[in-house]
Formats: sequence, C-alpha cells, structure tokens
Amino acid sequence: MTNSINEIGDASCVFVIGSSTSSGHPIVALEIKRAVRSGARLIVANPREFDLCDHADVWLRHIPGSDVALLMGMAKVIYDEGLADLAFVSEYCENFDAFKESLKKFELEFVEKVTGVPREAISQAARLYATCKPATIIYAMGITQHTHGTDNVLAVANLAMLTGNIGKPSSGVNPLRGQNNVQGACDMGALPNVYTGYQRVDNPEVRRKFEIAWRCDLSPNPGLTLSEMIDAAYNRRLKAAFVMGENPLLSDPDINHTREAFKRLEFLVVQDMFLTETAQLAHVVLPATSFAEKDGTFTNTERRVQLVRKAVEPIGNSRPDWWIICEIAKRMGAYGFDFSHPSEVMDEIARLTPSYGGINYERLENGGLQWPCPTTDHPGTPILHVGKFVRGLGLFMPLEYKPPAELPDKDYPFILTTGRSLFHYHTGTMTRRVRGLNAIDPEAEVEINPEDAAVLKIVHGEKVKVVSRRGEVVVKAKVTEKVPPRVVFMTFHFAESPVNILTNPAVDPVAKIPELKVSAVRIEKL
Amino acid sequence: MVVDERAKVVTVTIDGRMVKVKDGCTVLEAARQAGIYVPTLCYHPSLSPYGACRLCIVEIENMRGFPTACTTPVTDGMVIRTDSAQLRELRKNIFELILAEHPKQCVTCAKNLRCELQEVASRIGVEEVTLPPIRKDLPVYRDSPFFDRDYNLCVLCGRCVRVCQEVRGVGAIAFVYRGSRALVGTAFDKTLQDSGCQFCGACVDICPTGALLDRESKWSGLPDKSVVTICPYCGVGCQLSLEVKAGRVVRSVPVYDESSVNKGQACVKGRFGIAEFVHHPERLSSPLMRKDGKLVETSWEAALGFVAEVLSRHKGDEFAFIASAKCTNEENYLAQKFTRAVMGTNNVDHCARL
Ligand code: SF4
Ligand code: SF4
Ligand code: FES
Repeated sequence: MTNSINEIGDASCVFVIGSSTSSGHPIVALEIKRAVRSGARLIVANPREFDLCDHADVWLRHIPGSDVALLMGMAKVIYDEGLADLAFVSEYCENFDAFKESLKKFELEFVEKVTGVPREAISQAARLYATCKPATIIYAMGITQHTHGTDNVLAVANLAMLTGNIGKPSSGVNPLRGQNNVQGACDMGALPNVYTGYQRVDNPEVRRKFEIAWRCDLSPNPGLTLSEMIDAAYNRRLKAAFVMGENPLLSDPDINHTREAFKRLEFLVVQDMFLTETAQLAHVVLPATSFAEKDGTFTNTERRVQLVRKAVEPIGNSRPDWWIICEIAKRMGAYGFDFSHPSEVMDEIARLTPSYGGINYERLENGGLQWPCPTTDHPGTPILHVGKFVRGLGLFMPLEYKPPAELPDKDYPFILTTGRSLFHYHTGTMTRRVRGLNAIDPEAEVEINPEDAAVLKIVHGEKVKVVSRRGEVVVKAKVTEKVPPRVVFMTFHFAESPVNILTNPAVDPVAKIPELKVSAVRIEKL
Repeated sequence: MVVDERAKVVTVTIDGRMVKVKDGCTVLEAARQAGIYVPTLCYHPSLSPYGACRLCIVEIENMRGFPTACTTPVTDGMVIRTDSAQLRELRKNIFELILAEHPKQCVTCAKNLRCELQEVASRIGVEEVTLPPIRKDLPVYRDSPFFDRDYNLCVLCGRCVRVCQEVRGVGAIAFVYRGSRALVGTAFDKTLQDSGCQFCGACVDICPTGALLDRESKWSGLPDKSVVTICPYCGVGCQLSLEVKAGRVVRSVPVYDESSVNKGQACVKGRFGIAEFVHHPERLSSPLMRKDGKLVETSWEAALGFVAEVLSRHKGDEFAFIASAKCTNEENYLAQKFTRAVMGTNNVDHCARL
C-alpha cells in the first residue's frame, strides 16, 4: 500500500475494486465503513455482490477480466470532462501524451460492451473519484490474478496519477495482500530475481555486496518462479525441492498437473505444522511450530513490520522454521547460519537492506515500523511518494484491453471466478481444523445465479459437477443473486472440492500470476 | 488518523485542577486525561457517546442538574466537580437500580474477577443491594459456535448493540422488547447467523458483564499470562493478545490500542480460530521419513542429517525452495539465503501471487 490502513477512514472517496474486503480483509472493511459513516463516497467494482455493495454510491458489476477497459474508461471520462489534475500530471509525471493517445480506444460505447456496465454508471464513478478528494483506491487479488494483472495494476496507478491522488494522506494505490506475510516474504527476497528489499540478483554491485556478506559465490541468473518450478519438476529438470509452510497442491492452479509434478521429484522436503496434501507426497516431513510458539516479525500490507511473540513452548517435538533451516545449513558446512535468536537475523537483514536499515527488535518492542526506514532514528514511512515519486517521475502507461486467456464458449459457457470466505484462510490448513469455523462454513459451494439454475434445473443445495478443460469437481450448488448470470463462484479452502482442479494456469507475462479469477467451465447435473 | 496539529486547546478545571485539553472533547475524556476516575458503564472509547447509564454524572458550574460527563463537551473555563457527597449518593442509587436486575452470584459467574461491573461496583462502593432482586429467567442462547449469550446478566448498557452497528457495520443485534421489558437480542429471535452475525466477537469483548462470553474458555478463569502478537491470518496484521493458561493458548483477543492497525477489533478467524489449531491433535510432533513408501517417525538428528546429505547432491538449478507467505520475515530471509548461498541457485519463490 502507498498509504496506511487507518487513513482510509478519513478519505472523501473510497474506490474498491477486485476485493471482497469484508471477507478477505475484514478490518480494512471496517475502515471503509468508517469513511462512509463520515460522509465519504464509496465506489465498488466487483462482479460478485458482498456487503460493501449495500453501502456504495455506485456498484459497478463488471464482467470478470474486463478491469482494464473499466479503469481506462473511467480515465477517459475524467480527462474528457476536464476533471484531471493536469498541474500534478505535468509536475510529477511523464509519458502522459502516449497515455492520452491510448485513451482514444476506450470510447464508452466500447467500454460498456466489454464490461457489461452501463456507461452512466462508469461516468458517475469517474466523476466521484475525480472530484471527491482525497480519494483512495483499494484492490486485491481480483485485480492481480489475471493474465493481464500487470495491466490492471498499471490502470489503477494511471487513474490515481491522473487525479493527483498519490503522496497525500488518505489517497493512494492500496493493494491488499492475500496472506499475512506476503509483503514480508517479498521484502525478504523470497523471489527468484531479487535479494532483500528488491535488490536485483542480476545487478553485479548488489551481488558483490551479498557475496561478501555471505562469503560465497552467487548465481547472476534469476531463478524460476513458482509456476515455472512446477513445470520444471514436471519435465524432470527440477530434481529436489524444499517446501516451507505452503500447500501448493491446493493453492496452485491446475492441481492434477501440480500433483504429477511433485510426484516426479527425486527428493521433496516439506516443513509444516500439519500433514498437508503436499506433505503427504514428501520424502521427509519436518514438524514446524505455529506462530504462537516462536519469535519473529511479519510485515503487513501497509509495509508495517511488527513483532510476533512466542506465547507457548513448541508443541510436541516441533521446531521453528528458522531453526530448522539453520540446522540443515550448518550440517552442509555452510557459513553464516549460527543464529541463536531471530533478532540476530533481523540485524543481518537490516545491514543488507536499505529499506529495513533502521529496524531492530528493540525498536519494534514499542510498536511497528513502516518501511522505508533506513536508519535507527528514522520514524518509518506511513505514506509513499510524498512530494516526489520513488522512481523520480510517475510513469503513465498506455494500455489496451486484452481479454482473459480463456473465454466462455459453447462447451464451457460459464466464467468461474474464485475467492475467499470470511471463515476460512487459504487452503484451510489452520481454519478447517477449528470446529466452530467449520460449523458455520462447512463445505465448498458453487454460487450460481437463479436464472442459470432455472435453465439447468438445478435447485439450491443440490450436488453438481463443475467441469473445465483441466478437470472436474463435485460440489453443492448455492443458488444466489450474489453472482451475476453466466458467472459462477467458488472458494479455494476445501480439499474435498478443490477448485484449483479447474482453474487456468495461464500466467501474466510479467508478474507470473495465474489467472485464478477467470476460467471457462460448464455445470452438469449429477 | 490524520492529527490536526493546530487543533484548539481549552483549559478546564476539574476537581480544583487546571487541565489543558483538546477543544471538542468530552468532560469524561478531559477527566481521564487528568487521571481522574469517573465511573462509567455505557461509555467505551470505540463508540459514540450514549448517555444511558448515568453513572458518569458530574457537577458543572453554571449548569443545572447533573450532566453526564460522557456526553457533555468541554468549553473553555469550565469548572467541573466529579466527586461530592451528593454525587456519590446519586451514583450509588443509580447503580443499585442497575444491579437490582443483575444476579448476585459472582463467585459462580465465569466472568468473576475480570468483570467490569464488579470493578465499577467496588469503586462506587456498592457492596450490597437493598432493593429486592428481579429475576429475568431468560434462556441462555447457544446459537453461536463460539460464544453464549446469557441476558440474565445483561445491564442494558447497549455497548454490544452499538459496536455491532457502529464499528462493525452489521447490526445483527438490537434492543428488542418482550412485553414491557427491553432486552438485547436478534430481530424476531432469529439465530445469530440468520440475523447476519459475522461472529467477530466484538460484542463479547465489549460487554462489561458476563452476559456474553466465549464458550471454549468460559471457565478457564484468569490467564497465567497474555502475550501480544500478530494474527497469522490475512495481510492486515491485527494485534492480538494470546491468553495462556497452563502452557496452552486458551483465547485470542484484540486489545484496544489506539496505535494498532485494528484498534481492538478482529475478525472471526483471529478471535476464535487460533487456540484450536495451535493445540490441534493432528499437529505434527515428530520428523517423518519415507521408508518403504510410508512416512514413519524418526529423530531430528536422523532427519536433518539425511536432508543435508541428499541436498548436497542436488546443488544448483535442479533445486528449488518454496518459501512461505505464512512464515516470518527472518524465516523467509534464511530460506532465500540458504537457497542462494548454500544451494547455489536463485530458484526461490513463494505463493505471493495467490
Ligand atoms: S459477533 Fe460481531 S457481528 Fe455478531 S453480533 Fe457480535 S458484534 Fe455483531
Ligand atoms: S449484553 Fe453486555 S454489552 Fe450488551 S447490553 Fe447487555 S451488558 Fe451491555
Ligand atoms: S458512561 Fe456516561 S452515561 Fe453511561
């Protein structure tokens, strides 16, 4: 996020796109409701209905995958009606002319056709967003999990720059990250192309710095992304894998392919709290502790580094993940894994990472710190891009509309989109083991509009088969107006009806994020 | 929160002391800022002022009667008295009326010793209620998997109703009327789930009595210790306090802290979804190694040695590490360092994109 969560409540306009905030990030939804109570205007763009739609001034129910058209359409209205902040644009941004040129393709007639949203609603949303300032945009995986996810993100940024809604309190571009420490895992360089703090592995100077610190030679070649790893395992180019606290067998698209890939590995180590679907395929399983049994830090979606504190001793013979990695490394004769406490690891991170340079456990004892925090006397940075973009000038990106990789057709007439339930988390490793949560939300359902259900003669609660080009699952039908006609929705928490058997592994060319939000399926009666 | 540095400051006199406070704040906030205790029941910092219980009455010069501190804004030069014989007497009377409808078997109540009502009683100095007790004989609702609602203990402060409406924006519970009696409940006595409850537990945490209580940890009493940590679900990073009893996490509650992201709120997963998975019987408690196709228990020594030995043979780009958005920063740092420095490849990634 460019801004902080507790600024949202003070915004004059909140634009939520591709986020069912109330279930994915309930506390952010409270802030949004606080803003609305204090008179802010609310725009929600989401194909599926959720409770914020009731509080919204405008609800844009666009067809899944049509976000670029919707956002560029809004940008065009803002520009054409003279609502753009041209002073901000000319002072702080570049490449505006190329962007302006690309707006020409987004005539409202075309946008209406592609998005399925009436043009009046698009204009109304555009006017609200451009005139009620400060305005904040909040988005989540509904924006990123597309083959054109990067374009979606750029379209959001264009809109914020066009209206000068950046670098100011209660404005900005605010992605909500899915899991508790995705932000931190990325910051820490658990990515194939960067070390900590997004320092690139193919930059010789950076590499040299890490080689000296770690006393070793480092590879200059960016590594494989997760989906590429799975393909490489499938093709037997990858022989050994170490999985720490993830369950890709349920979370990744096209499960059948993923399972086969993992089976082909010569050696698989899985480190987890439970015997997950992935752990069941492992050669060695190492029992890890939960967050309640260890010290450490998480970085939340607003870049706030916060202390995780040990409350109880490790259960059984489990051990913290940091300890396990160090023990293996030491047994392999490696240098630099002699840590007696995570705080020492943080000190090393701070030494090697400019944006974490001023962070240490002593400071964190008094509350979280938002990076960039370069020095120990720096208070942290609640708002990014104040007075100047981090890269210098804000870069406008000309965009064009690209349809999703898989569109509905005669054989697979429905768009399947996926998401989260308030009552479960990710692949359910934790929440499915809580009786109360299971009592409230016991099993997977496929949400289908009454109109479609009537045509297919499906009744509420009946088991149906959902079939895609990649596989099929049997699941209970929930007939509801929450989903529009020709769109069906499932969550991905349930191992019994794993939606990712169906989803499309086609990825965004830049971010390599799979298109979990749009796959073509058909629904069959059993 | 955007703090306006130029916010006006006014001076008031409370119990003979001059205090500088923010213009527009309430008499109660001013008193608290000065460290002066004024009893309250329906007031809560997360909620808008309500003025229902009347325990917070004070005397203000040039104002008639006994205004409630929680609803009266300060003005410059205001002279306030929070304590006098008359105020004490009035508060006692008000409190006795409240207690008349509240059962007095504190020792058998699950909220005993962590009850706000008890605390207020002792500060006001009410030990015994002279009025005849009124029995409500209401059923205990057990329609949530996480908490029970026993409105026999309710004092109608409305905090639960207001937090659900004002802070959570849900409105699952409200004041309802059974005959002449006001009660808290769901519309038409529907189940909580049918009335739109999200099971966030905000009502439970804000209730000053034992009317709303976690079922699981109801009888676990005071915790041995509470450890403030960060919720492991979702990227918001709510601050939670884990209550520990006999080496086990018994409850996770958001603590009210103005500087935290969640300011005393959480969702159902953080509030009710932690203790049970942490202590779940299916937690792996020993390393496992595959022998003849089956995973069998082994020692750490054997498992670590074996992993180190096999991985030594797979260095380079034929190895990959899948790190985790659920693990800590330090663990992810070590995972990529291990992959790069020890295994000699940049094949490290995690489910960032999901
Ligand atoms: S649990 Fe949350 S949603 Fe349910 S009644 Fe209480 S405050 Fe309202
Ligand atoms: S249930 Fe508790 S919070 Fe709600 S009105 Fe009664 S005493 Fe107050
Ligand atoms: S606290 Fe002021 S009236 Fe209840």
